[in-house]
Amino acid sequence: MSSIQKVDRRDFMKLFGLASAGVILGCNVGADSKIYLPKVKVAFSPNLFIQLNKDGSIILMASRSEMGQGIRTSLASAIADELEADWKYITVKQATGNAKYGNQNTDGSRSVRTLLEPMRKMGATAKQMLVSAASKRWNISQSDCKAENHFVINLKTKEKIFYGDLVDEASNQEVPTEDKLTLKETKDFKYIGKKLPSIDLKDFTHGTATYGIDVRIPNMKFAAIARCPVTFGSVKSFNDSSAKKIVGVEKIFKIDRKKPGIGQQFYGCLGGVAVIANNTWSAFQGKLELDIEWDFGENQSFNSDSFKEKLTKRIQENGKVVPGSKGDVFNAFEIANQTLEATYHVPFLVHAPMEVPNATAWYQKDKIEVWAPVQDPQTARAELATFFDIPLENITINVTFLGGGFGRKSKSDFVVEAVTISKEINAPVQVVWTREDDIKHSFYHATSIQYLKAGIQSDGKVNAWLQRVALPSIVSSFKPMSDYASGLELNQGFTNNPYNLENFRLENVKAEAHLRIGWLRSVVHIHSGFGNNSFVDELAFTAKKDPVQFHLDLIGKDRIIKGRSNYPYNSKRMKNVLQNTAKIANWGKELPKNHGIGIAIHYSFYSYVATAVEVSMNNGKVKVENIWTTIDCGLVLNKDNVINQLEGAAIFGMSLALFGKVTTKDGAVEQNNFFDYQMTRMKDAPNITIDIIDNINEKPTGVGEPGVPVIAPAICNAIFNTTGKRYRSLPLIDEGLV
Amino acid sequence: MKKTLLINGKNYTVDVQENMPLLWAIRDVVGLTGTKFGCGVAQCGACSILVDGKLIKSCSTPVSYGVDKEIFTIEGTSENLEYLREAWNDGNVPQCGYCQSGQLIAATALLDTVQNPTDEDINKAMSDNICRCGTYTRIRKAIHKAVELKNNNS
Repeated sequence: MSSIQKVDRRDFMKLFGLASAGVILGCNVGADSKIYLPKVKVAFSPNLFIQLNKDGSIILMASRSEMGQGIRTSLASAIADELEADWKYITVKQATGNAKYGNQNTDGSRSVRTLLEPMRKMGATAKQMLVSAASKRWNISQSDCKAENHFVINLKTKEKIFYGDLVDEASNQEVPTEDKLTLKETKDFKYIGKKLPSIDLKDFTHGTATYGIDVRIPNMKFAAIARCPVTFGSVKSFNDSSAKKIVGVEKIFKIDRKKPGIGQQFYGCLGGVAVIANNTWSAFQGKLELDIEWDFGENQSFNSDSFKEKLTKRIQENGKVVPGSKGDVFNAFEIANQTLEATYHVPFLVHAPMEVPNATAWYQKDKIEVWAPVQDPQTARAELATFFDIPLENITINVTFLGGGFGRKSKSDFVVEAVTISKEINAPVQVVWTREDDIKHSFYHATSIQYLKAGIQSDGKVNAWLQRVALPSIVSSFKPMSDYASGLELNQGFTNNPYNLENFRLENVKAEAHLRIGWLRSVVHIHSGFGNNSFVDELAFTAKKDPVQFHLDLIGKDRIIKGRSNYPYNSKRMKNVLQNTAKIANWGKELPKNHGIGIAIHYSFYSYVATAVEVSMNNGKVKVENIWTTIDCGLVLNKDNVINQLEGAAIFGMSLALFGKVTTKDGAVEQNNFFDYQMTRMKDAPNITIDIIDNINEKPTGVGEPGVPVIAPAICNAIFNTTGKRYRSLPLIDEGLV
Repeated sequence: MKKTLLINGKNYTVDVQENMPLLWAIRDVVGLTGTKFGCGVAQCGACSILVDGKLIKSCSTPVSYGVDKEIFTIEGTSENLEYLREAWNDGNVPQCGYCQSGQLIAATALLDTVQNPTDEDINKAMSDNICRCGTYTRIRKAIHKAVELKNNNS
């Protein structure tokens, strides 16, 4: 295969500093799954690596960030399977941020989707070279050899050679061309589709995994930054006399906001007053002692409550009609037996990963080295090159473990801050955000207001669907005056809902951004999932139909919609997950008193999900008792990891449904820490049952995010099922239900 | 202030302010980074440690409290912690792993005091520890499993 070649050893050593021994393979992966040919062998730019050592150990370079989604294990298992490797010999090394690896941006639930095949080919190539080496040693045909569990076996004599003993000879084999490469049949998979524990378990259970915040460089300083409470406000003046008295505080200075140019997909940094100390706590203390006069700037009148009112008013009027609308909803409303309207609200949300944003940086004259928990190291690198005018090749981004990401760590503002400070103090420094910083200065998940109206015929069928959406756009973080949701955002469950609708009209309503808007696990699907599923449940009740049956009818006949991607929507798979969830939840069973059950479905990141939630009500308080989720994500790479992700998504979805809410007053975020930005805890954790549709012949699709959007609507539908009360605004704690 | 801290059976001399939280003395001065910072206000349990066997949120406990006492962190080892580690492995509990130091220490404190905890005991003992990835159901199962491993071995 021409895209997998032996890597020039010097180049490899220079780039990755690994021990030089054994067979090393690289392959080039371009955007998404397209593999392209390296033009010149000497200048070959590898991005993924296998290194087989003489002791049999295999080191794999992981090109995507590990933030709990198990990607290091998943990618390793794909290679190991085709390589016929013994799992116990596999270790994973994290790649630095470098375009040589292809796209490293870890978001969009797409790592497995785009990298599975290239990784399998890497493994298959290595295996074939090992088999070729063994066959030559035995002087037999390759067809008389078989690779199995880290050995090549001579099928005639039953002799075996350990992989590690073939290193020298394998290194001299020709790299097989693509037409000579045979991938395994799905039925022969040894690791793919099986339950594999995380490759990093030992470090996770011994406190030895190095997250960004654990990085220690000799002579490093620690820094905290006081940022303006109002987004994009700036420092007028400050008094640091009492801050300087804190033992351990060494230096205090102002840092300016770094603002990306228009159209640059960079994050810059907010600016503020930096406190440098010889330990984290002194920096935190010094920050608290600062007396700062702020220029609050343009966003100081932003109140989320009045913004909600403003959007609620706007949503009653017309919006811009979105392409993909079809038929004539207004005429259909006229001829409908009845119509139903509802307005839904989702507040601003924040990621709050357990590891706060942090970065360690060392700026030295003409080079920069960074150690940080980043989801998108290449963007971090590119923005450093731009802001600090240092050539890209002189910037190294070491990607640590991420203590959660959820989209927050895609934005490298904390990296820019660390480099800014390191340059100023001429020493390595670690910037650590406090939890309050994290809650108050994030790139927030947008709030939304949706208005829905549908027509119901006398037979209970929906004949028209009108949906108006107002949500501040992520694009506003890169391009000012982006006051409408972008097409990419609306394509997350609004333009492409799973229903078969003859008359459909989607309208986009203006919503200005007064906070930095970003993406949070499952992104706009949180809005579309909540609006669509709540409304369908309302329609089912109005039409006096069972919600599951009503959903099935609305999904409609078997159909495949091609869309623009290589992943067509298949209504049959949607119905299948719904029916499976109804089955495992024993839908229709008699429930205990004060218990209710609700259902929700969603199609996101090309995966199909259906969830049923059972709640109980006691003294007006809701308790989530059971969650059943079915996913069809095509070929499953690591079964236990998929289950783990969906269990986690259920808890994440519960947190946002029950507690999640960021509000602002006079431009400043009102929440502070986990006591007022609450999380689901152990005592709230329900029984969770996850079922995976075994769809081994379909392409793998997203797993990390698709389990989230269904949870909030399923909870609200379950509450309605037992109380008859409909909750259309999140979070439920605001309704006194928690 | 120069003081000696006894952590996991080893003495460390630190020169810090008396009111510095144990968390930062352990992480930034001693250099054991397994104990995590999560919130700074005793709300998330990421910084959980044992001091003379008692479960403590080290982010909100001054270093002076730990002097002349036995401090136990995730870098340490104990019979119950080892069973818990085995059960954590068995159940493939961690996702991002960041909170798991605190979870394991809190679970150790639980097993140190309750031999065979019920779900209710677990809910009560473990609800100070936030896991944003949402591994609660696996943690619950793993605590039961650790008890089972221990009972099978004795």
